[in-house]
Amino acid sequence: MDSNQQISKSTNLQINQTLHLADTALILGQRNSDWCAHGPILEQDIAITNITLDLIGQARNFYQYAATLINNAENKNETEDSLAYLRNEREFKNFLICELPNGNWAQTILRQFLFSVYQELLFEKLIACNDQQLSAIAAKSIKETKYHVKWSSEWVIRLGDGTEESKTKMEQAIDEIWMYTGEFFIANDYDIIDVTSIKSKWLEKINEIFEEATLSVPENTFMQSGGKNGIHTEYLGFLLSEMQVLQRTYPGANW
Amino acid sequence: MSLHDLEKLFQEKIDKEIKIEPKDWMPDAYRKTNLRQISQHAHSEIVGMLPEGNWISRAPSLKRKAILIAKVQDEAGHGLYLYSAAETLGTSREQMIDDLHSGKAKYSSIFNYPTLTWADMGAVGWLVDGAAILNQVMLCRTSYGPYARAMVRICKEESFHQRQGFETLLVLSKGTDEQKAMCQDAINRWWWPSLMMFGPKDSESTNSDQSIKWKIKRKTNDELRQQFVDMIVEQVKLLGMTLPDPELKWNEDRKHYDFGEINWDEFWNVVKGNGPCNKQRLEARKKAHEEGEWVRAAALAFAEKRKNKLNTKAA
Amino acid sequence: MMNIQIKKFYYGDIPDSSPSSSNDVRSTENPWPLWEIFIRSKQGLDHKHAGSLHAADAQMAIENARDVYTRRQEGLSIWAVESKFIHASNPDDAEMFYEPSTDKVYRHPTFYDLPDEVKHM
Repeated sequence: MDSNQQISKSTNLQINQTLHLADTALILGQRNSDWCAHGPILEQDIAITNITLDLIGQARNFYQYAATLINNAENKNETEDSLAYLRNEREFKNFLICELPNGNWAQTILRQFLFSVYQELLFEKLIACNDQQLSAIAAKSIKETKYHVKWSSEWVIRLGDGTEESKTKMEQAIDEIWMYTGEFFIANDYDIIDVTSIKSKWLEKINEIFEEATLSVPENTFMQSGGKNGIHTEYLGFLLSEMQVLQRTYPGANW
Repeated sequence: MSLHDLEKLFQEKIDKEIKIEPKDWMPDAYRKTNLRQISQHAHSEIVGMLPEGNWISRAPSLKRKAILIAKVQDEAGHGLYLYSAAETLGTSREQMIDDLHSGKAKYSSIFNYPTLTWADMGAVGWLVDGAAILNQVMLCRTSYGPYARAMVRICKEESFHQRQGFETLLVLSKGTDEQKAMCQDAINRWWWPSLMMFGPKDSESTNSDQSIKWKIKRKTNDELRQQFVDMIVEQVKLLGMTLPDPELKWNEDRKHYDFGEINWDEFWNVVKGNGPCNKQRLEARKKAHEEGEWVRAAALAFAEKRKNKLNTKAA
Repeated sequence: MMNIQIKKFYYGDIPDSSPSSSNDVRSTENPWPLWEIFIRSKQGLDHKHAGSLHAADAQMAIENARDVYTRRQEGLSIWAVESKFIHASNPDDAEMFYEPSTDKVYRHPTFYDLPDEVKHM
């Protein structure tokens, strides 16, 4: 009994870790997908949509793994879709930064940059972790993430060092979302890797790109957090109610 | 060489199935017709992203979401290939987009209908893309080289669009009663507009059709429409659904299906801008373009700065 | 001949509305340059013209080409050339350029009749 409980506790952490990774990828993908058909120019509409597809692909891999873990542990019948479509606001474990509205192009590419740099460092660690499945998903996904970093950092530089207007918009975007980056590095009981350990490398890369973009990294900003534990902004509820509408309206239907 | 000789030579090339390339001599009207057709085709792809994009955020499963995004993204690609083909005729993409936004240039009226339920994603893929593909397969052999090459690439990519549309409906047709009703309702709403996509009846075309003579088009509206009806009547049976036309029946003499009269009033009204979504579609395109202006300007300014920096370094 | 009125209404040719001066907007925006994209689909093959696209600079042209022209594993290598730098032969020169080679059949191996006994040639 005692050992059973221990297994279930560690499995539980493993499930939450996987859901956190899945939710984060999905919610950012969901937000980015709003750009499809509304981008600033066709070529970039296509580019950001490729990133959206990568993120949704990652989310599916993580959800499928989470479903397997849950079904093995609890004799349930979860699927990638039941996990994405039938959990509520308090159950989602994505970072707050993912659920924020897109804002303008500056805010969207800045978020992508801040997040993708984090994600690449995270995946590097995950590849080396002792959960084989997470390691495999990270190994597959990191190739995509590297491209996201490249694409988004070029946009940060371009807009930061572009026109007066674009620079102002980048500065406003930094003001708007920088306070949501602190959460990347706050350890949680379900973390499989030490997220605090990647902060310096993350900051190094951000500094490097911001410098080239003639932008400055804010200091002493108050940091928001809570997403990893299911305490979200008010934005998430609306996002979910839109995303989940068909599954909620027609319970049990196949699509 | 006189204009008459040039025109004669040009027509000989067309008759011999030799493609016309951008720098070749071509009659002014041929250039204009192609430019109008290709740019309107491009606009149709871009505006066509909107009714489907409408359901990306609400797609009912992650798989369907990914498929739908990929499909809408393909349409952006197709618009891009087509704008590029049109640009070889000497008009910039900017200019074409301006013409779309000012209401001067048209796009396929089908995209002025609303997508009201998830089943519309299936019906649009199956019927609208199905109708488009018949036209596009024909256009792979069109006489203007860059247009034909763009169409070959597009047809390759489009083949999954119609299949996924049909499959979306197939799943609904085997689902709950509500899903079946949703499926039938979408077919009912999209059937007639799809038939209208082929344009007015041939008998309404008063002039000899120069487009056919120049092999820009290779089949008439009625030929394509009939081909479409014959194809869909068979496919709808597999869905266990019906088409909303009581006059639809096999004609043994013609070896084709007869079908009812299209509501041409509606057709002309949508062309003229009175469709349910004409305004909304154009507004969405304009908004994206206008909000992107500072982004495009910044990228250009940055490229300029970087070039100067490199030049100073080199000097 | 110029009095053509095409009444076909597929994508192509719904007639444009007649341009009224108030309607005919021309933006003053400076568009991104046009680039020609060449893609190597497989190691060992030549780069082949895939199409064109717009980009602000060369790096972006290559990345746009990746996103636009290799969504279905079409490529392993990309070249981008700004379209204005492409020099093309003139179609009016076609006769003097290409026809003189049509009567040099002796350049082709099939020109030579050899007995079947000759192998490996």
